[in-house]
Amino acid sequence: MPELEEAPVQIEKAPPKSERFFVRFTRAQRYMHAVLFSTFLGLAGTGLPLRFSQSYWARRLASSVGGFGAILFFHKFCAILLTIAFAIHLKEIFTRGVLHREKGVFWGATSMVGNWKDVKDLFAHFRWFVGLGPKPSFERYAYWEKFDYWAVFWGMMVIGFSGYAMWFAPFFAHFLPGWALNAVLVIHSEEGLLAILFIFSIHFVNTHLRPGSFPMDMVIFTGVESEEEFKTRRSVEYKRLAGQGKLESRLGEKPATWLVNFSRVVGTTAIVIGLVLLVLTLTAYFGE
Amino acid sequence: MASLEEKEDARMSRAVKTRGSSIAPWAQKQRWLTEPETFLFAVVALLLFLTVPGRLLAQTDCLACHADKGLQDAAGHNISVDGDTFSKSIHGSLKCNDCHADIKEYPHPDKVAKVKCDGCHAGPAAELAGSVHSNSADHPCTSCHGDAHAILPRDNKLSAVYPLNVPHTCGACHGKDGMAQKHGLATVLTSYTDSIHGMALSKEGLLVAANCQSCHGSHHILSRKDAQSPTFKANIPKTCGTCHAGITADYSEGVHGKAIAAGKMDAPVCSDCHTAHAIEQPTAAGFRMQSTPICGSCHKDKFSTYRDTFHSQLGALGGYVETARCWDCHEAHSVRPASDPRSPVHTANLVTTCGKCHAGANVSFVQYQPHANARVRKLNPALYFIRLFMNLLLFGVLTFFVIHTALWLIRARYEQVRKKTAEGGPHA
Repeated sequence: MPELEEAPVQIEKAPPKSERFFVRFTRAQRYMHAVLFSTFLGLAGTGLPLRFSQSYWARRLASSVGGFGAILFFHKFCAILLTIAFAIHLKEIFTRGVLHREKGVFWGATSMVGNWKDVKDLFAHFRWFVGLGPKPSFERYAYWEKFDYWAVFWGMMVIGFSGYAMWFAPFFAHFLPGWALNAVLVIHSEEGLLAILFIFSIHFVNTHLRPGSFPMDMVIFTGVESEEEFKTRRSVEYKRLAGQGKLESRLGEKPATWLVNFSRVVGTTAIVIGLVLLVLTLTAYFGE
Repeated sequence: MASLEEKEDARMSRAVKTRGSSIAPWAQKQRWLTEPETFLFAVVALLLFLTVPGRLLAQTDCLACHADKGLQDAAGHNISVDGDTFSKSIHGSLKCNDCHADIKEYPHPDKVAKVKCDGCHAGPAAELAGSVHSNSADHPCTSCHGDAHAILPRDNKLSAVYPLNVPHTCGACHGKDGMAQKHGLATVLTSYTDSIHGMALSKEGLLVAANCQSCHGSHHILSRKDAQSPTFKANIPKTCGTCHAGITADYSEGVHGKAIAAGKMDAPVCSDCHTAHAIEQPTAAGFRMQSTPICGSCHKDKFSTYRDTFHSQLGALGGYVETARCWDCHEAHSVRPASDPRSPVHTANLVTTCGKCHAGANVSFVQYQPHANARVRKLNPALYFIRLFMNLLLFGVLTFFVIHTALWLIRARYEQVRKKTAEGGPHA
């Protein structure tokens, strides 16, 4: 594991030169994340009152927006938006990976698909947590980021399918057995609960709230990160690009002040809403 | 009641009394005393006056004093009588001592006995004596019929016992304040007033709308614990059925009606679901919202499995009351077991029953179990294992990542503090 031994040296010796910024996410990817988290907040905010419909806050929340009729409308509205976003994402993968045969989409260092290094990184990370080894260095997407991606990918398929099966139950009954109509509610609510608990606790802390990122990682909002952040967080990718002489091709602009401020407001709002929903979910779950 | 003869009699004696009472030394100067016919008449009249015992006092005689609006007895009670009101009342043709029978003459004693109505109204008085209102000191006739000198016929709109006025009359005690609190009586008036019966009565002036006495009776009101009472549990279907005959017929066909008829008193009667006084329009949002827990108070297992379903989750939030409640599928009154072909939840009827809300429901669709219990493996194995898998996934993923992220947090904070200490700065 050569990268593991080299990593700390790289981190500590980074000199504060004139600041350069590197692109991590394209504009389309940032918009995709924005649509994803706003519709997810909407779906969570309207789905939780249903899941815990006997709790006091669920009734208050529902009555404050005009009862379940309004909640159902908003839930379906967000579901359609998210479905469209998911379809656009699938089309993007298909175009890039299959039609244009772009390298690094399905496998390789920049792919979202898991590989052996992710397994090694996971164990190395745990060893570092407990002080038994050095901190591992990561490629473009670390194992927990890949997990986030696939969790959402799987979640959208499962929750989406079960949701549409309930929405159009008589239609789905043409090719699903009767007990499946019972099952889809169990699947929808349990998987939804998992998604909510995971995003609002694990994803929030891993990506935004942990020391080093606190209060949030701005890169998903601005699309760029400073050279130091790049080197510190994804040293393997940085070294790979530097070695290939491709570092310059990733150079980006320093984000505008308004964009940074705007992103902070939006990001903080999303995190606060998420944490409130997390607390409500946990109180309702353990109060059941 | 005073007969016509007695009245005539009284008029004559009054004539005698007015003149006779003024016999004095000056009388000899009166010319009429010297005329034989008139004198004879006067003597006969005087004799009559002196010999008829318990003669009746005309209203005008009493009103000479009692018309004074400020007239009070020794205890400070107002003892004035409004002659006009009294003459228009149902007792307006009676003489005062028809009722105040202990008063024989004027002046009468300071202390006068309480009037007893049972002299004439023996039937109602006997009924009252056997009722919850038997204590006549606490429940004199006037507590319902109003001012003794202003009692009107029952069909008079101003009568205290006119159907539209009955709730107000009973509510004087069984209302929200005063007597109700003092005697620990149920605060039923407010419930009734807002109920479908109360609204029909107060808003539309519907004479046939049930008022208090429609269900409780009037004089012979019994405790609901009394088997003779129309509000005794077993008698309630019959009581409500006096108006709601069709519903009662449906009810007696259903399992609940049959159980009650068989003496199984755990089964619900009308008031168990509809309440006794706060009866709402059953299609109204309020009733639909409160109804499932009522059925659930007995059918606990069915209620808990219903709560797991979308019907309940959706229905509990309000603002969307169309979702299926118990009786939307099971019928409200003629509830029959699913094995009965006439039951809407009989297999043969499910497509129709589910189709009431779910347009396009087919045979596969109605295999859906509205009371599926995912917690019991034997009942719903597929559902049980799906739920188990989803729960294992949920707890597995969360447990792993909570440990992972907690360790990471601690380690990252440790690194941060160490680095900052090395740089000589503050810790955070």
